[in-house]
Amino acid sequence: MSSSSPEVILLDFWPSAFGMRLRIALSEKGVDYEYREEDLMNKKSQLLLESNPVHKKIPVLIHNGKPICESLVALQYIDEVWPGECPLLPSDPFARAQARFWADYVDKKIYELGRKIWATTKGEEQEAAKKGLIECFKLLEAELGEGPYFGGSSLGFVDVTLVPFYSWFYAYETAGNFSIEAECPKLVSWAKRCLERESVSKSLQDQEKIHGFVQEVKKRFGIE
Amino acid sequence: MIFGSVKMAMADQTNVKLLGMWASPFVRRVQWALSLKGVISYDYVEEDILNKSSLLLELNPVHQKVPVLIHDGKVICESLVILEYMDETWKGIPLLPHDPHGRAMARFWARFSDEKLEPNAWTAMCSEGEEKEGALKRAIEAASKIEEQLIKGRRFFGGDDIGYLDVAMGWVACWLPVWEEVGAMSIVDPARHPRITSWAGDFLSHPLIRTNLPPKDEMVDYFHGKRKRIMAH
Repeated sequence: MSSSSPEVILLDFWPSAFGMRLRIALSEKGVDYEYREEDLMNKKSQLLLESNPVHKKIPVLIHNGKPICESLVALQYIDEVWPGECPLLPSDPFARAQARFWADYVDKKIYELGRKIWATTKGEEQEAAKKGLIECFKLLEAELGEGPYFGGSSLGFVDVTLVPFYSWFYAYETAGNFSIEAECPKLVSWAKRCLERESVSKSLQDQEKIHGFVQEVKKRFGIE
Repeated sequence: MIFGSVKMAMADQTNVKLLGMWASPFVRRVQWALSLKGVISYDYVEEDILNKSSLLLELNPVHQKVPVLIHDGKVICESLVILEYMDETWKGIPLLPHDPHGRAMARFWARFSDEKLEPNAWTAMCSEGEEKEGALKRAIEAASKIEEQLIKGRRFFGGDDIGYLDVAMGWVACWLPVWEEVGAMSIVDPARHPRITSWAGDFLSHPLIRTNLPPKDEMVDYFHGKRKRIMAH
């Protein structure tokens, strides 16, 4: 009897918050997949270059041989192809619009602000980025409201989009010499709540490990 | 929730309202989509972006930008989010294709247009020297990637008729030529990009689009003015 289960491959890089999003989603949906680590510090694989010729970036979800690039595009794809288990987006169009709006907000702001904190030297740019990041997190805390999740009573699209950045908090805090938990305790307790789910805990990386990775990158590129 | 229902303090009870700006490509997308969905009567409020109304700031506190769609008191911001909302709310002509892979491709290319082509085209128009050259090069590269995506023999990104990606890319047919003129530059070139050129012509002459375009001369004046103001800083 031939297996009818679709073949799913994830091209990823272990510290990537964007890759973590897809790991969580595939896990929530109970989808079997092959995880392939890309050696981004050295050389991208031929499969990656062929699957994502436009951006040459991870994550790339390959489903039955067809690649889907851009993590939020892939998240929606996963939600549509495996609709039964743990829907990421709610069913009401307005609630879906709100979820998409906030996921888009996270996508536009968090990575770039975080990068400006860890990848620059102390100074005005870093200070502005710290301030900006805390402002974004406070806005997100307000949106979270009573929670327990952005998705309401269960993990949703915005939760999956945002929680991977929690892995990077220690790296941001050390580089910027500040405490995210002191400013945004509600967000940190939300992240810890998400981590109680196996899909999240096995997809996110240990904060110390990410910090170590950042140190390595800074050394390699000569950033103090 | 920050965005909830808005009490319509206004006297009129039209259930669809759009906050917009006549020269914004992102606003026009929503208007094209409203047209495709057969939403003919809606309230349109012109915003003065240099002097934003308290209504706009109240309805879109996060980005303070147009377009903002208000439907039955529900506030939706961000043009691509609005397009998806519309597709799920109004039946009739579907904007996105039915199959998940087709939908993913459409979403990917709409993002690409907004993240790679539009900002670089804009910067190239409003800068000079090395900055302009760099932005121009990236804009042309982006256009070439889009060119490769257009399937030979299909009139539109959506197939035989226009859909989500045509609406999302529509600014390329309408705004980009204006920006090229204002910035004295060429990004989409008929020789290098024959498919985009042909698609643009078909898009602009589509019955639902051709009556819904901003006036070209006014656009040229408007963007000349913007360019001057930006470069004066």
